[in-house]
Amino acid sequence: MHKTISVGALARVEGEGALLIKIKDRAVTDVQLKIYEPPRFFEAFLRGRDFTEAPDITARICGICPIAYQMSATHAMEDACGVTVDGQLRALRRLIYCGEWIESHALHIFFLHAPDFLGCEDAIQMAKAHPQIVERALRLKKAGNAIMSLIGGREIHPINVRVGGFYRVPTQAELGPLAEELKWARDAARETVAWVAKLSFPEFSQPYEYVALRHPDEYPFNEGRLVSNKGLDIAVSDFEQHVVEEQVPHSNALHAKLQARGSYHVGPMARYSLNFDKLSPIAQEAARSAGLGLTCNNPFQSIIVRAVEVLYACDEALRIIDAYEPPPKPFVPVEPRAATGFGCSEAPRGILYHRYQLDAEGHIVEAKIVPPTSQNQRMIEEDLRTFIPPRIDLPDDQLQWQCEQAIRNYDPCISCATHFLKLTVER
Amino acid sequence: MRARTPKRPKLAVWKFASCDGCQLSLLDCEDELLAIAGKVEIANFLEASRAVVKGPYDLSLVEGSITTPHDAQRITQVRKASKFLVTIGACATAGGIQALRNFGHVREFLSVVYAKPEYIETLATSTAIAEHVKVDFELRGCPINKQQLVEVLSAFLKGRKPNVSSASVCIECKRRGTVCVMVAQGIPCLGPVTHAGCGAICPAYHRGCYGCFGPKEAANTASLSRQLTVLGVSEEQRQRLYRTFNANAEPFRTESAHA
Repeated sequence: MHKTISVGALARVEGEGALLIKIKDRAVTDVQLKIYEPPRFFEAFLRGRDFTEAPDITARICGICPIAYQMSATHAMEDACGVTVDGQLRALRRLIYCGEWIESHALHIFFLHAPDFLGCEDAIQMAKAHPQIVERALRLKKAGNAIMSLIGGREIHPINVRVGGFYRVPTQAELGPLAEELKWARDAARETVAWVAKLSFPEFSQPYEYVALRHPDEYPFNEGRLVSNKGLDIAVSDFEQHVVEEQVPHSNALHAKLQARGSYHVGPMARYSLNFDKLSPIAQEAARSAGLGLTCNNPFQSIIVRAVEVLYACDEALRIIDAYEPPPKPFVPVEPRAATGFGCSEAPRGILYHRYQLDAEGHIVEAKIVPPTSQNQRMIEEDLRTFIPPRIDLPDDQLQWQCEQAIRNYDPCISCATHFLKLTVER
Repeated sequence: MRARTPKRPKLAVWKFASCDGCQLSLLDCEDELLAIAGKVEIANFLEASRAVVKGPYDLSLVEGSITTPHDAQRITQVRKASKFLVTIGACATAGGIQALRNFGHVREFLSVVYAKPEYIETLATSTAIAEHVKVDFELRGCPINKQQLVEVLSAFLKGRKPNVSSASVCIECKRRGTVCVMVAQGIPCLGPVTHAGCGAICPAYHRGCYGCFGPKEAANTASLSRQLTVLGVSEEQRQRLYRTFNANAEPFRTESAHA
């Protein structure tokens, strides 16, 4: 047997990618997640821009998770300038991040991931067989977007996030209707956990090294140390001492790996497995009812973990709204200085690392951005190398669809991955 | 395979260099999505579906700008396969944020971002779709406004012109009842020269407009630049104001060159 399976354009992922699998004598000889998303050079043109512009500019790396970029950028700038944003402003940052997790995870669970389990090409097809599920999905996603709109001004590329806080903070009265809808969303999220838990999952599990933020008191959004289940425990500022990005000849992309051990896995499964104890009781209870343990090693079950995180985000958003009192000022003043700042936050897809070097006037001298998808790319290929052999006799179209699913488990965002590049190596 | 109903027009969504945000706007139409899906056949929308139906397409929505030789070819194929072609967003209508390369040297940009720049295939510029093929309608914004997208789709289905205002953000501010941030607080604002469509959110959130919908028709950028100088905005700051998400749109490009 000698064959090549080629998926010209991966569907239901953000951005543009393709997959190439080479099989010879019933063995997988090559797996390439090929990325043809054109480079957009953000790190290059950020140089010379003012430090206050980074949140608006880097948001444009991704329309699906702009808050992740705004949060990593603002924290990095505040780190450089020696400023801490605390109290209600910090809580509002968590609140808007809850909105992004809800809308992005709901999009992935129902629109990008669930159709695979139900044998549908897309959610529109799914809507015919399961209309109530899709209607609930849309309303749940809308609840997340409502947070983004109120706190951020709009759902995609919000305008209200600034270094030091916000331009305008909401009144308690404005948050009232949001809370009403979030109570419905919390119930819907709990039902979603139960619904996705009943899907049928392929037997597949990997001994991942999970990397996520860990905060002493909270399920992580914006702060914490970077930890793993295999001994990593570092400050965010030490990221580049432990993670290397390399160009590998068989691939189109820069691969991130841990210098000490190799591939690692970021995202909901990593966060969950490293921070189960920090989930709210209602989210822990739902996870247990869904049959999840304290850790989860089957990437196909990431759909359950995402649902648990949606439930957590609804619950956390309600807690923040309940305790909210408008702060005296919408932001704390931030004066630039010549320094380097680091920021890392938990995008829906995993850790998003930013580093900026500023000059005394606050101009960006150098910028470095490592998005979650470029960190997971090596892991995705490793998954496929393990996943394919037991399924190698499947008809090509079925094997292809299953491999696509194995990629979609990661909710890969190829638009984000500024480092993905087109290699043209002749052999 | 899905059954095709011949009466429903075929909708295709295409992506070039972009952040995916404008096509996400379609999926963010939570209240209208199922109704839209009932009126059109979603024939090509990779972000949302595996199902791909062959062209020709009655309506193509194009997101993103042209930044590679391959994409410059691909857009001509998309045009050939499309009866109507509508560009969505600042990348497709003005080259987007990635057009900042047009003011620098792409080789130098490459070497900053990539270890082996010789492997990258890229054009020296990022350009709007209309610079390559005929475009039937342009929807502005970084990102587009989803209500305007629904209006464009409704207009297409009814065979009429989309009712999309070509006024400035200033008009939307007045309509919203927002006090002018530039006059009252001296905050630099691109509202007077920026195309309407966002609903003037930035001034309502106590900040100046940063021009994400691009220049309005006959934008008087020279006059605004004089006012920005009065407010103490340096030449360098002024250049950066014009050079963001619509830097390559003609009035902004020209005015930023004066700074």
